[in-house]
Amino acid sequence: MSGTKTPDDVVRPRDFRTPVGRARGLGSGKTGTGHFWWLRVTSVALIPLFAWFIGTLVSLVGADLATVQTVLARPFNAITFALFAIATFWHSKLGLQVVIEDYIHQRALEITLQLLVTFACAAGALASLYAIARIALLG
Amino acid sequence: MANRNRPLSPFMLGTLYRLQITSVMSLMHRVTGIVASVGAFGLAWWLLAVARGGEAYASASDLLASPLGMFALAAFSLALVYHLLNGIRHLLWDIGWGFELPEVYRSGYAVVALTFVLTAAIWFVALRGGA
Repeated sequence: MSGTKTPDDVVRPRDFRTPVGRARGLGSGKTGTGHFWWLRVTSVALIPLFAWFIGTLVSLVGADLATVQTVLARPFNAITFALFAIATFWHSKLGLQVVIEDYIHQRALEITLQLLVTFACAAGALASLYAIARIALLG
Repeated sequence: MANRNRPLSPFMLGTLYRLQITSVMSLMHRVTGIVASVGAFGLAWWLLAVARGGEAYASASDLLASPLGMFALAAFSLALVYHLLNGIRHLLWDIGWGFELPEVYRSGYAVVALTFVLTAAIWFVALRGGA
């Protein structure tokens, strides 16, 4: 335990982190299961929501604007579409994040894309909710 | 990041790793996920057009009915159905079902076949209902 002092011993006392963990100084991510879990939660939610969404859209093919607005304004449809939009954009954000993490190996580009995906998905979800609210509340 | 020269994904594809239905389907899950994500923004755009009505809805309808719009809808629906079915396959794996290799192959072929059947069924009902 004594012997030659390494730079680590000089800088701070020994701890139980691995040399790599200490060198990077980032500590643990602490949210390792959160991403995995919410990707699954949103995917389970999207199964029935998808069925309702597709069924509603198919029933609206060829309908005029007034009919489309009336059908989407029904409470059950409006709420289901809102949930579908939230789950879809949340799931998209989590999924695209993994694709970028796995295949984009240039740090600056990776972080730029992560920010773009996060902002775009937040905007997409909010725009959908705004549109649904406007259809449902204002007709 | 101890070894900064380590190979980075997807370095194995094409050179060290022979593609099989399992890996192709895994790759397609990501590709269809990206396509479906683009489609999600199309949905937001369409909902806004419905909310605004009038001119906005008319031009949105025209665009969707154009050859480009129909192609996009076909691509989105195919990608979405594949991602949904293969996603269910992934969820079943997560709870430990069907993880033996023969089952993985069987469920894989089933997902591919059902993707075309379900997408065709949706379009059949949609076009018949809209006619």
